[in-house]
Amino acid sequence: MKIFKKLILTSKQIRRDILKMVGRAGASHVGTALSCTDILTALYFRVAKVSPKNPKWRSRDRIILSKGHGGVGLLATLANRGFFSRKQLLRYCFDGTPYTGHPMIESAPGIEVTTGSLGHGLSMGLGMALALKADRLKSKVYVILSDGELDEGSCWEAILAAGNFKLDNLVAIVDYNKIQSFGTVAEVMDLEPLLAKWQAFKWGVREVDGHNFSEMLEAFGSVPFTQERPSVIIAHTIKGRGVSFMENKLEWHYKSPDNDQLKKALAELS
Amino acid sequence: MRTAFVQTVNKLAQKDRNLWLLTGDLGFSVLEGFMKNFPKQYLNMGVAEQNMIGVAAGLALSGKTVFVYSIIPFVTLRPYEQIRNDICMQNANVKLVGVGEGFSYSQLGPTHHSIEDIAAMRSLPNMIVVCPGDPWEAEKATQAISKIKKPAYLRLGKKGEPRLHKKDAKFSIGRGILMEEGTDLTILATGSMLESAVVVWKNLQKRGLAGRLISMHTIKPMDKELVIESAKKTRAIFTIEEHSVIGGLGAAVSQVISENGIKCVFHSFGITDKFTKLAGSQDYLRKINGLSSEEITGVILKKLKT
Repeated sequence: MKIFKKLILTSKQIRRDILKMVGRAGASHVGTALSCTDILTALYFRVAKVSPKNPKWRSRDRIILSKGHGGVGLLATLANRGFFSRKQLLRYCFDGTPYTGHPMIESAPGIEVTTGSLGHGLSMGLGMALALKADRLKSKVYVILSDGELDEGSCWEAILAAGNFKLDNLVAIVDYNKIQSFGTVAEVMDLEPLLAKWQAFKWGVREVDGHNFSEMLEAFGSVPFTQERPSVIIAHTIKGRGVSFMENKLEWHYKSPDNDQLKKALAELS
Repeated sequence: MRTAFVQTVNKLAQKDRNLWLLTGDLGFSVLEGFMKNFPKQYLNMGVAEQNMIGVAAGLALSGKTVFVYSIIPFVTLRPYEQIRNDICMQNANVKLVGVGEGFSYSQLGPTHHSIEDIAAMRSLPNMIVVCPGDPWEAEKATQAISKIKKPAYLRLGKKGEPRLHKKDAKFSIGRGILMEEGTDLTILATGSMLESAVVVWKNLQKRGLAGRLISMHTIKPMDKELVIESAKKTRAIFTIEEHSVIGGLGAAVSQVISENGIKCVFHSFGITDKFTKLAGSQDYLRKINGLSSEEITGVILKKLKT
């Protein structure tokens, strides 16, 4: 299996930035940002056609972070990809900055939509996928969803519609870290059998390890998985991935690392 | 009004291939023409309004002008957060078209009444709120909002409302239309209650009262200048709407008057804070809610005597 050293180094760098940002700001949602870091890295640094110098490039692929609470990860990824200065990351959540905890279109170049309330992103991505087809552009739309987000009925409205409209330019990625706000997904609102659900809604499906670039790139490269169907990648991930004391811990949905914890975490990612 | 909207949107779609119409599986016997003429600009999104609004926002952020059509509660209240976040927060070029203002769907019961929608829509930043009073206004409003690249809400009646305006009338978003001039009082009406307002105006004229009659088709942005001028000139303002007295035309007008410290008689005719859980015609439901032209006339006369 090919090891993607450069991508691994990049995702480590993004994780370090995320930790510094939330540590400095005393912000929450670090666990959820770390769980989707490798997905964002794969998309922005390898899979998607994006142009940091021309963020509104007509033929770009659209990437939507529907799980807006991972917004700190999106900002760190965009800065590392060159959409804006990494120095700005240190101002995350500071008074008067556009760097809100949940991303807004205005937060940084490259952010396609404002998200934060769950269950909105896939519908907007669906609208963009329809427009791309109407405009005869070959671009794709990637929408990153959280597992807890799939409790929202609006997600299933969109999943039903995308299958119905045969939008093979739409790709959903479920960041399946198995922990939602107040317990495990299995305890709170079980999603299983998740793959079968998407399949029943006429999507092509694939499961990957959401921290394994080889598996992810292979899957992204095979889109659409089924002709004339949208594609979903169920990415099995670990909440808090990369920091031993944060991994699989519900509390890191809320907590912010103090100075000692930040030092320890950064050392693990050096 | 509904027919005027559909005819106008057909003409607009002919000229602009980037204009789309989405429906939440409603519009039987109304939208078939559009569907047939512009299949690539039309989508039935099924009975799923939250998704429909998100999709409309996605299309608009990709450069389309998107009209979204449904019955008022389903296109305003059901997907409210999608309207706030996806449309208004991103200033997306989406036009919500709600059919069935007030008690238009009287026989269908209170789930289908539309008496809170103006309040809900006008509190959203970036949203334009237009309630045409006759088919001519519906046509002009449809044209006007299609040209403004901002969110808008168009509130329509669905019975065959008569044309009320003179041929030389001029329509502009955010400008009330002065239909009759007078010095004793001002009547400001919105939506299809404009027809009743005309009757009330005539009733009062017979009683020797010369009223100003204004069609306040745009609730937001509010024509503050016209309200201030009317209040100062006539010292008596009466608003008429088929909507809750909370948060609609009356509330918006009273805010303008009070903020400008104008002393005048004021009364807002609308639906008091309750659901109407009775069947009946639109006229019947208006009547039991104090919105018949006779009752409105009576209350105005009483207010002006005291």
